[in-house]
Amino acid sequence: MSAPLIRRSAAELADALASGETTSVALTQAHLDRIAEVDGPVHAFLHVDAEGALAAAEASDARRAAGSPASALDGVPIAVKDVLATEGLPTTCGSRILEGWIPPYDATVVARLKAAGLPILGKTNMDEFAMGSSTEHSAYGPTRNPWDLERIPGGSGGGSAAALAAFEAPLALGTDTGGSIRQPGAVTGTVGVKPTYGAVSRYGLVAMANSLDQVGPVTRTVLDAALLQELVGGHDPLDSTSIADPLPSLVDAARQGAGGDLAGLRVGVIRELSGEGYQDGVLARFQHGVDLLVAAGAEVVEVSCPSFVHALATYYLIMPCEVSSNLAKFDAMRYGLRVQPEGIASPSAEEVMRASRDAGFGDEVKRRIVLGTYALSSGYYDAYYGTAQRVRTLIKGDFDAAFGQVDVLVSPTSPTTAFKLGEKLDDPLAMYLNDLATIPANLAGVPGLSLPAGLADDTGLPVGFQVLAPVMADDRVYRVGAALEAALESEWGGPLLAQAPALEGAAR
Amino acid sequence: MSATAETLLPFDDVLAAFDPALGLEVHVELNTATKMFCGCSTVFGGEPNTQVCPTCLGLPGAMPVVNGKAVESAIRIGLALNCRIAEWCRFARKNYFYPDMPKNFQTSQYDEPICFDGWMDVEVDGETFRVEIERAHMEEDTGKSTHVGGATGRIHGADYSLVDYNRAGIPLIEIVTKPIVGAGERAPEVARAYVQQLRELIVALGVSEARMDQGNLRADVNLSLAPKGSDVLGTRTETKNVNSFRSVERAVRFEMQRHAAILQGGGSILQETRHWHEDTGITTSGREKSDAEDYRYFPEPDLVPVAPSPEWVEELRGTLPENPTQRRARLQAEWGFSDLEMRDTVGAGALGLVEETIAAGASPQAARKWWLSDLARRANDTGVEIGELGVSPAQVAAVQALVDAGSLNDKLARQVFDGLVAGEGTPEEIVAARGLAIVSDDGALTAAVDAAIAANPDVAAKIRDGKVAAAGALIGAVMKEMRGQADAGRVRELILERLA
Repeated sequence: MSAPLIRRSAAELADALASGETTSVALTQAHLDRIAEVDGPVHAFLHVDAEGALAAAEASDARRAAGSPASALDGVPIAVKDVLATEGLPTTCGSRILEGWIPPYDATVVARLKAAGLPILGKTNMDEFAMGSSTEHSAYGPTRNPWDLERIPGGSGGGSAAALAAFEAPLALGTDTGGSIRQPGAVTGTVGVKPTYGAVSRYGLVAMANSLDQVGPVTRTVLDAALLQELVGGHDPLDSTSIADPLPSLVDAARQGAGGDLAGLRVGVIRELSGEGYQDGVLARFQHGVDLLVAAGAEVVEVSCPSFVHALATYYLIMPCEVSSNLAKFDAMRYGLRVQPEGIASPSAEEVMRASRDAGFGDEVKRRIVLGTYALSSGYYDAYYGTAQRVRTLIKGDFDAAFGQVDVLVSPTSPTTAFKLGEKLDDPLAMYLNDLATIPANLAGVPGLSLPAGLADDTGLPVGFQVLAPVMADDRVYRVGAALEAALESEWGGPLLAQAPALEGAAR
Repeated sequence: MSATAETLLPFDDVLAAFDPALGLEVHVELNTATKMFCGCSTVFGGEPNTQVCPTCLGLPGAMPVVNGKAVESAIRIGLALNCRIAEWCRFARKNYFYPDMPKNFQTSQYDEPICFDGWMDVEVDGETFRVEIERAHMEEDTGKSTHVGGATGRIHGADYSLVDYNRAGIPLIEIVTKPIVGAGERAPEVARAYVQQLRELIVALGVSEARMDQGNLRADVNLSLAPKGSDVLGTRTETKNVNSFRSVERAVRFEMQRHAAILQGGGSILQETRHWHEDTGITTSGREKSDAEDYRYFPEPDLVPVAPSPEWVEELRGTLPENPTQRRARLQAEWGFSDLEMRDTVGAGALGLVEETIAAGASPQAARKWWLSDLARRANDTGVEIGELGVSPAQVAAVQALVDAGSLNDKLARQVFDGLVAGEGTPEEIVAARGLAIVSDDGALTAAVDAAIAANPDVAAKIRDGKVAAAGALIGAVMKEMRGQADAGRVRELILERLA
């Protein structure tokens, strides 16, 4: 245990706190120092709350000194995506329209973090209202990929993933509507999990698309993700869509998986999520991961999910419809940005709404509001929203059929490794294709995990390996993820992030 | 549409040429302790914006949770209206921008109402009309805007507007009828009777305060005319927020006459929302219903479907009050009212008031007499609903008890009602303050009788001669002297004694 504090996993830090090797104040300060050192160029954080984090760390140390830690992770600091409401801390969702808004309440997951004693380091950058796959749509400037500062960290949760990859935080919360946890995980060499829809409360998550959004862990190890999901998950009476029944133990599943034995496990490779459109280097790393599963005793077959080819189109109807309605509340009447229209002496409420929304929303947000408004309009509803819902049912049906044959499904997380900043900014469709492999899980509500599969031969950048399981069987993605992680790390001789370029000296 | 100088066709001429079709949408504010989708209080009259939380303020990230009690009330209303109850239904978002809507969408129900396909029998002058209920669905109320400055009190022209979100999220049930056709000349009365009897039902269910003056019960009146004999409905107008029974009737009548004048002049009806003006008794054009009003409904993704179990629905059916038809028949038998008396009582909207007055101790005839004569006249003269005069059934019973005890006569009792309407206190306080009690002191009466005899020697002589009927003139003189505060029977006895 001689690794610097910031390079350790959350589970290791919890052990170090428990053994008295370090204190929460010390390791919170270590991360704040790291943020000060590297976040200038990385820009993972929109807001850092040093004072609040250190106060929480002191309280944690006091609890531990009194012999009554609040949880296994008490004192381990965490970063929170800026789409989750934090009482007293700015919550912008990466948008100008919420600049300066300070929520008067905590999201349920944030309340659970606080109750468990995790100091909150700050709020992480994201594409505006979680719309994007590169974090370039943040109104506050892009986050950069710690593997190559000229490249995107994925999105929308590029801030959380980059914070983990740059060792600015040992844990983070993200949200995943179409891949916003998993795709950033893939391109930054970190772990991200989208839990079963309803497994983690959405209360206080500023909705992009309510029927697709899910809060989940962003970590560097599969075990850490399991620890974090167990901590924030579980039924919440404030979220009607949250599931009342408990999930099987995720931490147990991760520990079991790390043993490396997958004998008897049936794994399905999704035929529709490979081949054309997938980078060779990605496919090679993915295939190697599959080979390791076979070596661990799993039985691998190819399965077909024919409706998945329509997933992207379906998603880009359902999601904008919900977006168009969800974002109507940002009207300058009660909170957030208020812009007086130019050239109007005494503007009406409607004119102020229009001017504020025009100035406060970015292009991608406007694009989706327009798409959704159109698709829900009288005369088009059935053709667009109605059809999309029917296809969504078919996609669920494909998952049901596949899980009749296999225990888990696997695919590459993202078709490519990290692309250059600006490369796809003017081509929305190219940007949307990043989520090709992650979207089906959101449409069906099933859990999905992405873990590092190695570096692509062609670009030398991280590749993500996705594991999908049936609804409520989140334990399976942790078991398989941990087994593959163990096999890969034994090949690499340590975590993939150990191969990442050092950022020291990058500080401004 | 000009707001002034509407041409109206005489009512009889409307009926000669057209058949009216009515439709009524009634919003009932439930009396649940908490709001539709959050735990905030629903108590009326709190300081603005004190009964709010992230959910009913629509703050980013907040989510709704359905109030089970509101669902229960909705189902009970539906069952009482003979509706079918959905085994499974969803909430939907009705999207439009307005500053008093915290989310800029209203969480309502669209094509999956919790209650549908019901009916209510409405009695008008002894004739029964079956009003078919299309649906009763759940939704949330909006905040309340106050527009300050400007002449109209509307948003246009106002200097600024204040919004109170205490009302935002209060549970509403919207009850929508199918088109009511065939009522002919009775259409205005059927509309009124429907709303009146619906209110009685809501009160009997105990699910709402149902005060029209406080906006607990709000009626929108849809009306169209079709050429006589045609079975195609004409273009309708929707007159919003008609907030008394009397206004419902007047608004229907007005719109029938207005539509008919336009149609007979070769014009066509604009499909629009109209505003009812209580003071002038007319409607004026509101906003035009157009493409702009595309609410882009879609199922509310933050709520799970409402799926009441058949067992629960049956359990709730067991909690329903007696149905109105049975109730009227039972009360008529209990009270011994003639058909005409019963019809008048129902027509005046006084059935419940009479029932409560009898329950408070008055005889059925006395209760009916006060409500249908004196109090109904007062309500009519002042243009308020009979239940909102400021006189309660218990007070009417108390006044009658004073009459029965010989402390008041009918004339004095009417003065007590004057005092009650003026808010002067309890009947006993008013009797004391106004000095209305009957003088039963024979000494004072005897002095007045003697004075009357002395002042009217001719009349006294006639009585002495056995013309007892002449006593009336002396009784009148004594009552006048006593300012009415005497028992006329006792005065008569004293006069006849003196002149025997």
